[in-house]
Amino acid sequence: MNNPTDMLTAQQRQDIIRHSLQKRHKTERRLRWAGLTAITIAISFLVILISNIFLNGYTALLQSELQVEMTIPKAELVDENGDLDAARIMTFNWNGLVKKAFRKKFPDVKGMMDKRSLGDLVSDNAGYELRLQIEKNPELMEQNLFWIKTSDDVDMYMKGRLDASLPEKMRRLDDKQIGWVDQLKEVSEIRKVFNTGFFTTADSREPESAGILGAVVGSAMALMVTIILALPLAVMAAIYLEYFARPGRVTDLIEVNINNLAAVPSIVFGLLGLSVFLGFFNMPRSAPLVGGMVLALMTLPTIIIATRASIRAVPTSIRDAALGVGASRMQAALDHVLPQAAPGILTGTIIGIAQALGETAPLIMIGMVAFVVDVPTSITDPATALPVQIFIWSDSAERAFYERSSLAIMVLLVFLISMNLLAVILRRRYEKTW
Amino acid sequence: MTAFFTSFTGSLLWLILISAGIYFLSLRRLSGQIQTSQSKPHSLAYYYGRYAVIWAFFPAIIVLIVWTSFTRPLENQFIIQSLSAAYPDLPSSFVDLKIAQIKNISSGLIAAEDDIMRGLADQYGYASDRLSMLRYVTVILVSLIGGMFAISRIKPHFKARVVFEGFLRRVFTFAAIVAILTTIGIIVSLTFEAFRFFTQYHPIDFFFGTHWSPNVALREGVENALDEDVGGSSGSFGMIPVMAGTLLIAFIAMLVAVPIGLFAAIYMAEFASRRVRNYVKPTLEVLAGIPTVVYGFFAALTIGPFIRNLGLFAGLDVSSQSALAAGAVMGIMIIPFISSLSDDVITAVPRSLRDGALGLGSTRGEMITKVVLPAAFPGLVGAFLLAISRAIGETMIVVMAAGVSAQLTANPLDSVTTVTVQIVMLLTGDTEFDSVKTLSAFALGITLFVVTLCLNIAALSMSRRIGGRYE
Amino acid sequence: MSDTVKILASDVNVFYDTKQALHDINIDIMDRQVTAFIGPSGCGKSTFLRCFNRMNDVIPSCRVDGHIMMGDENINDQALDPVFLRARVGMVFQKPNPFPKSIFENVAYGPRIHGLVTNKSEAEDIVVDSLKRSGLWNEVHDRLHDPATGLSGGQQQRLCIARAIAVQPEVLLMDEPCSALDPIATSIIEELINDLKDRFTIIIVTHSMQQAARVSQKTAYFHLGHLIEYGETKDVFTRPADPQTEAYISGKIG
Repeated sequence: MNNPTDMLTAQQRQDIIRHSLQKRHKTERRLRWAGLTAITIAISFLVILISNIFLNGYTALLQSELQVEMTIPKAELVDENGDLDAARIMTFNWNGLVKKAFRKKFPDVKGMMDKRSLGDLVSDNAGYELRLQIEKNPELMEQNLFWIKTSDDVDMYMKGRLDASLPEKMRRLDDKQIGWVDQLKEVSEIRKVFNTGFFTTADSREPESAGILGAVVGSAMALMVTIILALPLAVMAAIYLEYFARPGRVTDLIEVNINNLAAVPSIVFGLLGLSVFLGFFNMPRSAPLVGGMVLALMTLPTIIIATRASIRAVPTSIRDAALGVGASRMQAALDHVLPQAAPGILTGTIIGIAQALGETAPLIMIGMVAFVVDVPTSITDPATALPVQIFIWSDSAERAFYERSSLAIMVLLVFLISMNLLAVILRRRYEKTW
Repeated sequence: MTAFFTSFTGSLLWLILISAGIYFLSLRRLSGQIQTSQSKPHSLAYYYGRYAVIWAFFPAIIVLIVWTSFTRPLENQFIIQSLSAAYPDLPSSFVDLKIAQIKNISSGLIAAEDDIMRGLADQYGYASDRLSMLRYVTVILVSLIGGMFAISRIKPHFKARVVFEGFLRRVFTFAAIVAILTTIGIIVSLTFEAFRFFTQYHPIDFFFGTHWSPNVALREGVENALDEDVGGSSGSFGMIPVMAGTLLIAFIAMLVAVPIGLFAAIYMAEFASRRVRNYVKPTLEVLAGIPTVVYGFFAALTIGPFIRNLGLFAGLDVSSQSALAAGAVMGIMIIPFISSLSDDVITAVPRSLRDGALGLGSTRGEMITKVVLPAAFPGLVGAFLLAISRAIGETMIVVMAAGVSAQLTANPLDSVTTVTVQIVMLLTGDTEFDSVKTLSAFALGITLFVVTLCLNIAALSMSRRIGGRYE
Repeated sequence: MSDTVKILASDVNVFYDTKQALHDINIDIMDRQVTAFIGPSGCGKSTFLRCFNRMNDVIPSCRVDGHIMMGDENINDQALDPVFLRARVGMVFQKPNPFPKSIFENVAYGPRIHGLVTNKSEAEDIVVDSLKRSGLWNEVHDRLHDPATGLSGGQQQRLCIARAIAVQPEVLLMDEPCSALDPIATSIIEELINDLKDRFTIIIVTHSMQQAARVSQKTAYFHLGHLIEYGETKDVFTRPADPQTEAYISGKIG
């Protein structure tokens, strides 16, 4: 026997193996520990990310307001019949009214500079917003006490996001301004209320007036277009590939294309949209229509792949049964297989749409990154989308936009989570075991 | 009101109405035919209706869409002509603004600032009303003619179902071909614009140039002299530093994502109990579902400053837009991508191989490192290639957290720029569509497309390799 | 052939969750003999085989009760390291499962992980010896570094046997080793088993009664988780004591 281990007795062999065991199990434990660490790191990233955004954003749910006592000069604003006159309202100096009334609170403040910095405590949009309120509800003119928005810097200070211990020069509010705000705090003439405006208005240059409604509507419109285009196309393409395509070069080409398109960087779809839809067809820039079309091309592969999977999950016996009783291939596919596959298709679509909702880069390419102060009313209006709004705000200098961007992210995440939950619920509910 | 009738939506509504009418007309025609000829129809009645609707709806809707998409450029052409007649020396950068103004004036959104504009707007309004009216009439005519033609062909022995299904089948085929059309669209449009770029800027200078500064104003004096030979007066577009920045950030991302993703996948596939798997897998999927703009926000406003402060603490000069910050956050984004792909690949290694290893007295660890991972190797490489492709094509994180100026450096603490950042920079803001600067973005775009395409194909062929070897 | 008992199993019960797969099995496996486990599919013979090297540990829902003594050690003792056990009780599986490595690396795998070889030449010696013993040497000696997956099914299975005996186990478990092979490959493996029994205690699970009759000295017949009959192979096949065994052997059930 030339086997070297034969030179070892069975006992010796066992000793060698037994001796090696401890070290080997230790290596194994190290691998297991590495895996656990990796998972812990990944999950803590998630926790840090979410909590970071929450901590930065939750304060945007509140907005500071201060109380101002003023009488609105009704006589200057109505026509002969006593109704509001649109032209007069437009030209009236609302901001002047508000600022003057506010300065009355601090009669001691004299001097040009001081008066100006006092006025800076009030939002530059306060007058405009007061006008909108009165246009909506003229009876407010009888009132004497108004709560108006503070400037974003005061808002930040009220929320503890302005470090008063910094040197005065490095702060956006100087010592005097902070003093005034503190005085107001003592007499409870400044308060924080729920920030309704954030959910009911569109973008603005002033952080305290900026809201996400415009972006949400823009996103909704774009996604509508996406669904209308992508869902039927994807279902038809999937039926074709599963039921009618003959195996061959064309079918292979289609399949390779679909798989590859699913991995093409999203910005490339944006370039396609820019050069074909905007450049060649001259479609409107910044429009949800074009955004939706680009997103449709982008999500098409995802939905096709999901649809094919759910069509394939329907047992062939159903198709065969339909064919057996004399249905045509098309009837079998549309009337018998498709309804069975519907929940799966729906789930795939929701997941695809959720992906599209979070997409930013292709929309930037087709100009949905514009500054839009109106809520869009049609799919050809200039608009922006929720993720793009986040991008725009986080690019702005004001600290207050940072907070709003975080809250907008939270809103976006809530949408995404609910869409994914819906998909999970649908899958659980309609999951069939054949 | 007529404006609505003749608008796109109005025409569409009319089309639907007409189609519905045609549907019922065709059913009546069929039942009349059946009564006179006393014969049984070939198909169910509604197939005859559907057949007629195809003829009433589809040619007309195609006319409507094609007309609309091709007359918009024509309309603009019309405005530009009358504009240049009215303002002979209007700078080209104002043209778009004026066009928008004219359109808005004509639709009553804004008031005209002067009589010339009002006149132009009226001209435009008149022309576009005429065009819409003409479109409306054509579309309705096409629809009616199509519907009538279909109805005239309805007879009981007409095989309506077969014809209808044949039509559907063609539509389905077209739907499947959209995937190919999209790819062709991407390639053709990007190549077309890139080609225009290359007629103005030499491809060799683009692909091998080491200096990237698309804005002439930003160039420094010394390089200016050199650039004159290469780029003329329009900035220099050597993409090597941009590509290098892209690869540096992608490399940092992979450095973060591969170990974490791979070890997480190993744990999930080989050690985790089913319960742990059921909780951890969806949690990691949440990480994958977070939009990239959120990661970008996190990178730019939290991780970037954090790394910078850390650097200050350690006495290092770290850019607040360091490659490290962008790369690290991109790595976090890619973790779930790698872990779920690797998990799939690892669990696809057949049970029999694991049994074989354990049966010989391997520990679980030895089974994983010496048998399972080597068997999964091609698939894992495929997953990593896909991840690299994703990192290279990722846009928002780098747009928000990486720099804009191109530097040829391997120092992760420096600020670098990437292909996608440059594309976004070059194409946002008010740029003319034809400038070299704008066109260079498309040259970058086609490069990006080709690089990611190659990576995807390589990844696909890698993962196919594992499929062939085992059952 | 010897008359010593190698493994003594007593009162072995196996459960999958609450379902009992094996009931009170008592058996003694003789040293350096071939013992065959036969019975209709689902009778628990493979499950029982996997008790001898604790491969059932891999299945989380599986629980094994009872004593399986090898020498003075209880195989079923949870304190016993299965890694150590499996070095002493090797196994060959139903489907050939060579690792995606070269032929050489496949055979050298076991000795290497257990630290039985310390250098290349020792490994070479073991590989050559094991391949010779498994009758594969002549077919593969000129392509030791080719991938093992390129071999034919029968060759792959013999490679798996070579891989198992390279560790020099005391017992070799074979779980239907020929079920995926053609008749010629099967007969080669049967001859090999016959050669190997001089050095190893072999337990083979087979669905083929002819194979059991050809290769084994002792045969155990299992039915629905019960050991029905155990004895000398020739006795079990010629004069079965139990009517169930007789029914199986004569093809009435199966």
